[in-house]
Amino acid sequence: MSLSAQAIEDAKNEALSAIAGALDLDSLKEVKSAHAGDKSPISKANQQLGSLTPEERANFGKVIGQAKNQVAVALEERLKVLEAERDARVLIEERVDVSIPARRTIQGGLHPLTILTNEICDLFLGMGYRVAEGPELEAEWLNFDALNIPADHPARTMQDTFFVEPADSHLVLRTHTSPVQVRTMLEEKPPIYVICPGRTYRADELDATHTPVFSQVEGLVIDKGITMADLKGTLDHFARSIFGPDVKTRLRSSFFPFTEPSAEVDFFFNGRWIEWGGCGMVNPKVLIACGIDPEVYSGFAFGMGLERTLMVRHGITDMHDIVEGDARFSQNFGMGVK
Amino acid sequence: MKVPLSWLREYVEIPSGTTNSQIEEAFVSVGFEVEGVEIQGADITGPLVVGKVLSIQAVEGQKKPIRYVGLDCGEGETRYVICGATNFVEGDLVVVSLPGAVLPGGFEIAARQTYGHTSNGMICSSRELGLSEDHAGIIVLHEGNPGDNALELLQVNDSIFDVAVNPDRGYALSVRGLARELAASLKLPYMDPADAVSLKEFELNTAGIQVSIDDPSAASVIYIRTVSGFNSHSKTPLWMSRRIEKCGMRSISLAVDITNYVMLELGQPLHAFDVKKISGSLHIRRADKDLELTTLDGQVRKLANTNLVVADDKQPLALAGTMGGLHSEVTDTSTDLAIEAARFDPISIAKNSRFHRLSSEASRRLERAVDPALAEISSARAVQLLVELGGAKHVGSATSGAVPAMPVIDFDPHFASKLLGIPVSPAVVETNLRTVGCSIEVVGDSLWKVTPATWRSDLLNPSDLVEEVGRLVGLNSIEGTLPIGPARATLSPLQYRKRGVANYLANLGFSEVYNYPFVNQEMVDLLGFVGARAASFKLANPMSDQAPLLRTHLLPGLLDTAKRNLNRGAKDCAIFEIGSVFRDVTKLAHVSPVPTDGRPSAETIAEIYASVPPQPLFVGAVVAGSLERDGWWGAGREFEWSDAVTQALKIIELTGNTGTIVQSDLAPWHPGRCAEIQVGGKPVAHAGELHPRVLEALGLPARSCAFAVILSELPVASAKSAKPILTMPAATQDVSLIVDAAVPASKVEAALVSGAGELLESINLFDRYENLGDGKVSLAFTLAFRAPDRTLTADEVSGYRESAVKAASEQCAAVVRV
Repeated sequence: MSLSAQAIEDAKNEALSAIAGALDLDSLKEVKSAHAGDKSPISKANQQLGSLTPEERANFGKVIGQAKNQVAVALEERLKVLEAERDARVLIEERVDVSIPARRTIQGGLHPLTILTNEICDLFLGMGYRVAEGPELEAEWLNFDALNIPADHPARTMQDTFFVEPADSHLVLRTHTSPVQVRTMLEEKPPIYVICPGRTYRADELDATHTPVFSQVEGLVIDKGITMADLKGTLDHFARSIFGPDVKTRLRSSFFPFTEPSAEVDFFFNGRWIEWGGCGMVNPKVLIACGIDPEVYSGFAFGMGLERTLMVRHGITDMHDIVEGDARFSQNFGMGVK
Repeated sequence: MKVPLSWLREYVEIPSGTTNSQIEEAFVSVGFEVEGVEIQGADITGPLVVGKVLSIQAVEGQKKPIRYVGLDCGEGETRYVICGATNFVEGDLVVVSLPGAVLPGGFEIAARQTYGHTSNGMICSSRELGLSEDHAGIIVLHEGNPGDNALELLQVNDSIFDVAVNPDRGYALSVRGLARELAASLKLPYMDPADAVSLKEFELNTAGIQVSIDDPSAASVIYIRTVSGFNSHSKTPLWMSRRIEKCGMRSISLAVDITNYVMLELGQPLHAFDVKKISGSLHIRRADKDLELTTLDGQVRKLANTNLVVADDKQPLALAGTMGGLHSEVTDTSTDLAIEAARFDPISIAKNSRFHRLSSEASRRLERAVDPALAEISSARAVQLLVELGGAKHVGSATSGAVPAMPVIDFDPHFASKLLGIPVSPAVVETNLRTVGCSIEVVGDSLWKVTPATWRSDLLNPSDLVEEVGRLVGLNSIEGTLPIGPARATLSPLQYRKRGVANYLANLGFSEVYNYPFVNQEMVDLLGFVGARAASFKLANPMSDQAPLLRTHLLPGLLDTAKRNLNRGAKDCAIFEIGSVFRDVTKLAHVSPVPTDGRPSAETIAEIYASVPPQPLFVGAVVAGSLERDGWWGAGREFEWSDAVTQALKIIELTGNTGTIVQSDLAPWHPGRCAEIQVGGKPVAHAGELHPRVLEALGLPARSCAFAVILSELPVASAKSAKPILTMPAATQDVSLIVDAAVPASKVEAALVSGAGELLESINLFDRYENLGDGKVSLAFTLAFRAPDRTLTADEVSGYRESAVKAASEQCAAVVRV
């Protein structure tokens, strides 16, 4: 075939129309081979350039180059269109019903006592308190004597204590987390700011509102110039953080051997006053037993039951649910996300 | 203590119109919780009158006794009523509700036809009037006249406050004490009933029974007053018996009622002896060689030699302050009485009461410390009443001991503001301290000498005085302030660990539980615990004999709880607990009593700490069934032994430690499917499948698994410094080795690591093939190598592989599988 501009133009137009007419990727591949492959008219024309005079070569070279380029661009564009069409079709075919329940592992959850304990610890950590913990099986001296609860004092029988054998081991299951306060005062120098969560024991039968194994959280502050107003302010802040910003507290004069003055703290929640815990200014006798000079330092302490707090906050009506370990109970609280 | 408002009004001028809730609030605001208010008579309307029984005619032919009773109700003619009670005879005075009366519960009385007669009213019992739960029949009066208004005579209309008294306030277990508190709270004048007792007519002499406190630690002061000629048939007047009943006690006989009445009125327990049964004089002493005493309740009580008794020259007559003895009991023939009032040592009374498991109205007061000044006054008051109401004559009084002087407290009045955090002027401090009975000597602006009243033995230091000021000023006047601690607050490593592990397991599908730490021996035996895990602490007073031991491991509780979950219909159960266990019973050290009047010595503190056994913190988990469930995607996957080991390892890794697995056969795990995990050569965890026998005995599904990690045993990992992230390509080599099946995979892996050189980045066991015969297994590992500075060549890497294989063949007799 002899080279002519018209022939090249025709070959190009033929290629472009074949490209436009290719309806799927396979046909486009054939079109590509026919019109842009080595044996395509345009390629063949290109191969003939060598036999031309330099002048003709430049002339035809330009024409052929332009034609090749147009075909290549058209192929590329058509490829994109056809690929997009194919992708759309395939993805539609692969569509699934994502609403099928797909929980492949069983549900887990934290016990709400853990969630509440963490929440309280975080609150007090933010106020400069350390979280102090101690043993549940505890020396009688730390659980009672050092807290101004002498042997044979009626206050000792206020709390139904579990004793372990033999009696002269002087070990008890701690009746409150207060021995942790004593340990802290024996181990550290003021200023002391600690929050003490933990398990405690009193020989009450399990029923809807009592359990022999329960949890407490206690707070202790020993510093210069600590007053009962500091106690009140801390309790207010604590109550509002746990029960909501509108919650009010009140103090009622009471008796605890380890505090003087002593008070019960109530909070007003859902239209009624609810007993929350005990509190007071640390009795100087306790400070003295721990080697802290009451002339220099004063302090406050408070303690409340976590089960009771949970029951009020979450509307739990039966203590059995908290202690029986039914997985559904913890699952309901999940990770404690609010 | 139950106290009727009518009695309080006798000592406090309560304005009329004061409501019960105002009274209740007044008690609460000064520290006395009101546990209940009983309103008597509010739902009764008259007419209720006294009737005299004129005639009684039995109605024949009934299954139960029915009587047709003629009554003189002061109306001029006989009124007839039908009555089913039989505890009265002709001539008795009874309470009659007439037609038109309404009794508690809306019970309207009307004339009605019954048992063939017209019944024109009703003869009432205490219960029908809402006065007590007494079933003893209808009320028979010993005073009043026919037609008298019975509501007034019985003082029916009253409010009874049940006030909780804290153990430091023994004085408030009396109308005297509660009235004082009420007056102080309402800022009203108070009349002390003790002041109304005249002491003049009861001189001390030797005419009556004499007394001595033989053991000075037993009591500070005692009074014995002797009377004669007491008419033991005298009846207790209604005003007294009604008050006793309103306070929750029962009227018994005049002599006993007088001792109880004075106790309720003033707070001093009294005891009456029959003088004719006393040999010689009375002694307050320890039981010593006396072995037993029969108390009023007829029980023969074995005495401890330290028990406090009241004895005559021959024998113990009463368990001091706790219960009288039968021998010297006042009976309905006793005419000569000795009244005892003593300020016994509170601790001795508490011990008496505890030792004999006998808590009485007397011991409850005496162990809370009674006003020592009352011994003299209350005994005089009782004699007054015996004379007045029982025709007795005072023979003589004797005493021993003395009212101890109260301690004088140096007090800076500004300390009240300092401790309470609100301004309280010295004038207010003074007023309030005087209100609670303190006397004050002002030495200077910041020094007062404060002497508490005799009934306030609980006031010992300045803080005690501030409490008095605080409760009277009102704690709710305190405005809160918020102190902030030092900026060094953070969780401890163990606390972080607890949180991290709990969150990890909960996210994985485990539910957290808290089990009681009480177990029984059967469970310990079933689980096959030996050594430290079999040596449990035993509770002296367990909740139940079914679970008297403290747990040495979390598994007993977890297995019980898993069982409970499955019994309630759970198909799969994955639970965990983080908690302490109790070990090392051998460590029990004897700690001698340590005083509390100062910080104990470092040695003593160390001794106390050492007496407390170690209580390691565990995380334990039990899985029955699957974590990964069946579903539309196909079958789920059982949680198997290797999952348990993996999770235990991951928990260890969570704490920044690396665990090494060692084959173990620790009970209660399957002896061939238990991994012990060590950190630093120390066992810190066990994981695997549970023993089939244990699972079967507990009714748990076969192949259930468990793991336990001692969180408190894991070392605290040091802070991590950043490792450079290598970006050159990694080269991997697979190695397949044949080893004896007894050789642990972990050992082979360790050998490969030791030989592979320092460019080894990771090693992963990806296949284990058992069916080779000859007791051999094939283990296939992928080793990944990476250099920091270059791409590794194939030759270099295969050189490392060869060297790793060589180490494995030397250490584990491994052969390359071809």
